[in-house]
Amino acid sequence: MLNRILCAVALLFVGATTVLAMPSQTQGFDDPVMEKRYQSLIKELRCPKCQNQNLADSNSQIAVDLRNEVYDMLSQGKADMEITSYMVDRYGEFVLYRPKVSQLTYILWFGPAIILFIGVVIVVIAARRKAATKKELSLSSEQQQQLDAILKEKD
Amino acid sequence: MGKIIRFLPLIVFIALGAVLYRGLFLKPQELPSALIGKPVPAFSLPGLKNAEAVLTPASLKGQIVLLNVWATWCPSCRYEHPYLIDLAKGGQVSLYGLNYKDDRQAALKWLDDLGDPYLLNVFDEAGRLGLDLGVYAAPETFVIDHHGIIRKRFAGPIDAKVWQEEFAPLVKMIRQEQARGE
Repeated sequence: MLNRILCAVALLFVGATTVLAMPSQTQGFDDPVMEKRYQSLIKELRCPKCQNQNLADSNSQIAVDLRNEVYDMLSQGKADMEITSYMVDRYGEFVLYRPKVSQLTYILWFGPAIILFIGVVIVVIAARRKAATKKELSLSSEQQQQLDAILKEKD
Repeated sequence: MGKIIRFLPLIVFIALGAVLYRGLFLKPQELPSALIGKPVPAFSLPGLKNAEAVLTPASLKGQIVLLNVWATWCPSCRYEHPYLIDLAKGGQVSLYGLNYKDDRQAALKWLDDLGDPYLLNVFDEAGRLGLDLGVYAAPETFVIDHHGIIRKRFAGPIDAKVWQEEFAPLVKMIRQEQARGE
């Protein structure tokens, strides 16, 4: 009985993951260069409806439509830049997974570096302070001699 | 200096907390439209009721235009439909429809069954105008001012609360601009 349940659960799981892992239907180019451009474009463009997926990964209606749009524009010989700016004109900067550097996106572009810099500064200051305290606490050679003498006396 | 360093983790914690707390109330699904402040994109499409008619941006003429993107396959459109009928009766705005990627017969039946609040419906079977408007789902509603400029885009169904919060202030503002002759 338990075996059966486990088996059923396992099957369910396999079923669920297969559905999730099913590649979205995309058109393809015979020309490998075009195909590569197509693939990289639909990976760089974000699905406006399902916001954490790119056009390649999403099967929502709008993602399918936009993929077809990219396909058509590539077939017409449009440049990659033309295609991305066409999308930005309609859906805003948001559709780019790598937004342009602008006032709005400074924090996205430079935030991590700034945080890293702050972290490094804190670590350096902390390390210096620790070294300084250690120095303060350590005995001068004179004091060390006195200590040694006292310890010897005790023995 | 030492004191600041000591309190730095607390300061960072509070700052981060504030940012994340604010994030709880943001609505990332409400994308700002790339078309705010721009005229309605050019189109030439048939009407829904009259397939012979050629509709262009000039066909959407009214005091203050509300362009409602809808389809029969969209459950939220059914939810907002009764409110649209109320809105049309109120006469505050000129309500136009954009029937988006739909089946003409199904759409006509919908209007017969549920009532037709629209002055006119543009039939966008292929979704070309929808694409040019940056529509990514239905329902979506655009507010177009008396100069034909898109002033707002709202994704999701409209009801009385949404109208009061999202649309009424803007409609009032546009009407004032109009009165001042701007």
